[in-house]
Amino acid sequence: MKRVRFQEIQGRGAGYRAVLGVLALLILGGLGAAYYMEHFGHAVTGMNNRIVWGTPHVFAVFLIVAASGALNAASVSSVFGRTPYQPLARLSGLLAVALLSGGLMVLVLDLGRPDRLIVALTSYNFKSIFAWNIYLYMGFFAVVGAYLWVMMERRMNRFAKPVGWFAFLWRLVLTTGTGSIFGFLVARQAYDAAIMAPLFIAMSLAFGHAILILVLMLACHCAERPLGDALVRRLKNLLGVFVAAVLYFVAVQHLTNLYAAEHHGFERFILAEGGIHTVLFWGGQVVLGGLVPLALLFHPATGGRRGAVGLAAGLVVLGGLAQVYVIIIGGQAYPLVLFPGMEPGSGFLDGAIASYAPSLPELALGISGVAIALMMVALGVKVLPFLPRTLADAPAGPDAPPADTGTGAEAARATEPA
Amino acid sequence: MKMPPSPPANNTVDGARRRLLAGAAAIATLSLAPGVVLITAAEAKAPTGPASAKVRWGLLVDSAKCGDGCDVCVDACRTENGWTGHGRPRTDPQWIRMVSLREPAGGASWTLPMMCQHCRFPPCVDVCPTGASFRRADGIVLVDKHICIGCRYCMMACPYNARSFVHEDVAEQRPHAPRGKGTVESCTLCVHRIDAGGIPACVEACGRAGGGALTFGDLNDPDSEIARRAAAYAAVRVRADLGLDPAVRYHIPGRAAKR
Repeated sequence: MKRVRFQEIQGRGAGYRAVLGVLALLILGGLGAAYYMEHFGHAVTGMNNRIVWGTPHVFAVFLIVAASGALNAASVSSVFGRTPYQPLARLSGLLAVALLSGGLMVLVLDLGRPDRLIVALTSYNFKSIFAWNIYLYMGFFAVVGAYLWVMMERRMNRFAKPVGWFAFLWRLVLTTGTGSIFGFLVARQAYDAAIMAPLFIAMSLAFGHAILILVLMLACHCAERPLGDALVRRLKNLLGVFVAAVLYFVAVQHLTNLYAAEHHGFERFILAEGGIHTVLFWGGQVVLGGLVPLALLFHPATGGRRGAVGLAAGLVVLGGLAQVYVIIIGGQAYPLVLFPGMEPGSGFLDGAIASYAPSLPELALGISGVAIALMMVALGVKVLPFLPRTLADAPAGPDAPPADTGTGAEAARATEPA
Repeated sequence: MKMPPSPPANNTVDGARRRLLAGAAAIATLSLAPGVVLITAAEAKAPTGPASAKVRWGLLVDSAKCGDGCDVCVDACRTENGWTGHGRPRTDPQWIRMVSLREPAGGASWTLPMMCQHCRFPPCVDVCPTGASFRRADGIVLVDKHICIGCRYCMMACPYNARSFVHEDVAEQRPHAPRGKGTVESCTLCVHRIDAGGIPACVEACGRAGGGALTFGDLNDPDSEIARRAAAYAAVRVRADLGLDPAVRYHIPGRAAKR
């Protein structure tokens, strides 16, 4: 049986160092922004008493949702027994941990009192989905960490399947929890719906898978590791299914709202009259993040091309950010209905659409979360054997013998780096 | 196996031990008892006991008595609790605000104050991850500023936009209403006054300089003025459809709830 050989990347070139340097600068920028926000208060951001969650939450929720989805490749191989995905399982686990770390860092640094993180970890209200999520996030690190260990330690390989199953179930619960942060908000027109949980699961599958494709293409390109067309084709088809699933849940969500007269105001806002939110919904989320990627992935003229797959994955990421923006900011911008049927007004903007413009510190903090995730991946593949030596079609093809989840690290280390 | 012989009944060592133990118990009782008695006495004499679930403090707003442009209650709250703003309405705190309502068809309009509704089933308390948002036994919903981490999830959950996030440094705090940058705050129903046997500042000010639109009292006491008036007016609970049973009730003439 042919064993998949994993190997650290060399990481000695100027390009690699430049990437680390840029990421470090972005992270420093985010930390500086967080300090600025905490020192002067959130008044220096675009957030206010109506838009209480701003751009940092858009990035944080996007990264946390994507983290769960980044585990797809590992789940597909361990849980569903698709051997061609096995060489990707380790990278998939690393990316999942990295994305969650980035998202949580942004979430914590956007707190009004990030210095009280210890309170969040020691004082719990178990009726709060937020409190559950703290356990789900911490547990995700532990579960995926264990999963990576049993995959990378040859003596533990036999546990890869049960641990993989556990990680798969855990991440479904985790994303259910993240979606329910919004689903459990009883008072808001935009939320308060059970569909938020499955919608978020579909989003996680699409966003995380798209990021995995991009990271994989980039890593293979930079480390000069072969990446076979058959594997790319598999990844692309899976991405297409996930993107379609997101569109399906979004359609169901809005059709259900359109059926109920009480939600017509909110739907009119998002779908037709919401300015930037309407533009982001149709242009960003549906067209650029959904329909165009589907066309790129499945049209005979582009479907087989690697560039088109990469472009589609990039668009899914951008469309995903647009979607989370519309969910979080759009959902808050639409006013709470205190007195149905009456026209309210006040100095506190009752009954009015709340305006919001992302500020530079918020953007810097949000982007630093992405940078943290990418930095962890870049360092991870250098210090531990996460990347296979080759992903060329022969070992990754559908007819190939089952790849070993074992590391072969010792063997790989003994050989010359690629 | 051979059992050991049982000790003689009049064992002198045992008798001595018994006397020693009895003496020790007497000494312990004598030294601890005064402390126990004192603690009990101290609790009995505490100026305020723990909040009692027998009462449910509430407010009744008679919007018919709310004059156009009157914001005496808002000013009184601001002065009492020290939440003066910086002239930035979008980020300034707003514990209580005046809301105007207009009937789209008839054009009739009302004005009323909106603040924390002190729900029996408060969504802010449900969602708070650390338990900083809590509801006292007497129904007052508060924020423990010491364990609020500033996540603002309660503000997402509140149906009434009643909570504010402290966006900037605070100055001139009142000792009875501690505030903190980076935490969430809202109407406390002037809990410091209630615990001292008083009434909320807004109610007092409205009675003195406003239209007397606010009634404060115990909703659990059927003979209280608030309970009688709330029943007589068929006072409405805002967003009654959510089933949160707020302790602030509104009399909006012509908009009485159907019973």
